[in-house]
Amino acid sequence: MNMANDNGAIDIRNLRVWFGEGAARNVAVKGMNLAVGAGESFGLVGESGSGKSTVLRAIAGLVESWDGSITVGGESLRQKGRSKAFYKTVQMVFQDPYASLHPRHTVDRVLGETLQLHGFSDIDARITRLLDSVGLGGGFRFRYPHQLSGGQRQRVAIARALAPEPRILLLDEPTSALDVSVQAEILNLLSDLRSEMGLTYLMVSHDLGVVGHMCGQVAVMQQGEIVEELGVAEMRKLQANHPYTKHLLESSLGAIR
Amino acid sequence: MSDTLLDVENLWVRFPTRNGIFDAVRGISFSLGRERLGIVGESGSGKSMTGRAVLKLIRKPGFVEADKMQMGETDLLTASERDMRAIRGRHAAMIMQDPKFSLNPVMTVEQQMVEALTTHERVSRREARSRALEMLDAVAIREPERVLRLYPHEVSGGMGQRIMIAMMLIPDPEILIADEPTSALDVSVQLQVLEIMDKLVKDRGMGLIFISHDLNLVANFCDRVAVMYAGRIVEVCEAGKLQEAQHPYTRGLLNAVPDLEHPRDRLEVLERDPAWREAPSVSAR
Repeated sequence: MNMANDNGAIDIRNLRVWFGEGAARNVAVKGMNLAVGAGESFGLVGESGSGKSTVLRAIAGLVESWDGSITVGGESLRQKGRSKAFYKTVQMVFQDPYASLHPRHTVDRVLGETLQLHGFSDIDARITRLLDSVGLGGGFRFRYPHQLSGGQRQRVAIARALAPEPRILLLDEPTSALDVSVQAEILNLLSDLRSEMGLTYLMVSHDLGVVGHMCGQVAVMQQGEIVEELGVAEMRKLQANHPYTKHLLESSLGAIR
Repeated sequence: MSDTLLDVENLWVRFPTRNGIFDAVRGISFSLGRERLGIVGESGSGKSMTGRAVLKLIRKPGFVEADKMQMGETDLLTASERDMRAIRGRHAAMIMQDPKFSLNPVMTVEQQMVEALTTHERVSRREARSRALEMLDAVAIREPERVLRLYPHEVSGGMGQRIMIAMMLIPDPEILIADEPTSALDVSVQLQVLEIMDKLVKDRGMGLIFISHDLNLVANFCDRVAVMYAGRIVEVCEAGKLQEAQHPYTRGLLNAVPDLEHPRDRLEVLERDPAWREAPSVSAR
């Protein structure tokens, strides 16, 4: 279980994820293949129930009922449990910044606890640095989540994800709970962090505009399967082959025009 | 009947707090004819409070103040709670964001649709049922007979919202207030729900107040747009000319949206000018 090949690449083969057993068994992801190179930014789009978030949860170890293979940074993952090294490589940012921060913990405690768990000793200096890197000053350090706006909370959640100095961020609709103006700030922040730290992003979103802005490569999911994978350049020229992708592109442009 | 369905002058929505009174809406004026008026702004700009204030749905201890709030023949300022109950649904209906929370989870679709109608009209159950079926058909629900028997948890979000629209339109109101009616839906169903709503509003000659955070969506589906910031209207323009909007706040919001066809390296970030907050409200009458 060592992370000798710590390069931040994700390789998924024949992944199936299901919930429930027997008659109640519901297959959410039906045998998908996905390869994300180190330093790439990859987008997963599709509507609710298409299985896009489930893929992220299977990688992060939040869902245990899956088969197939997931390889992250050269390490082949087991169904249950993740090594300490895994969590140093992979971190996740969730959709709802109102639900993902402990309401009774200050920003200082949220970050301090994470750093401690990852065995850092210079916690004080690191908290300052983390807050700086996500554009929050020291003035936010002793605030509680309810004293922060949605955008500020999402910055704290990103700071927490960055604490163990990961190579890969799993981003589950990181801006869909935010206003467009705040979304712009968070997307710019994520772009900056990626170019500074050479991070790999696997981002789930239902917003093709956001994915088109953030990602180089996009996979479109429908009912647990990838129906099409295309580069962002093709997406911008609306060159899609699968009817579902065309439908998605049209409806998102329909909403824009 | 006059063409102005709703006329509001100098509307304030205020909430007493420990640190004094908080003003969610600060003196806005607008009117609504048989048209589609969009109200856009960020969260906290007061747009939802404006919609709720029109139906006097502001929870205590919050309260509404205005120089004038006239809906048709009714003066809303002096209307009692009893009067308001007769107005809500019958004259002005509201569609909320998430059908999961606005449909009654323990009643079938039929029960709640029939109730919506019988509250305002004396009709037989059979007639109520047949009008419910008609309405479900109008919102493009296939097999309306089957859907009537379902509970809200058995329908998808998009279908739930269409049921909601059908239910709100059954008593044939003149004004429809839609508060982020499609934000909880997937993009692929969003458009369908909007088109249905748009068609019904147009066919019936209703007035629509469309509340949304999504400028482009509003530009698409409305005739007129009022842009709200910090409880005031900072700009009013024709929806078709939204791209030519002048106010830096409106411009900032427009430029913050990532656009598939016109990619940029960095998204524009809104620089908020404290003067916007103090500038007097623009009238949308």
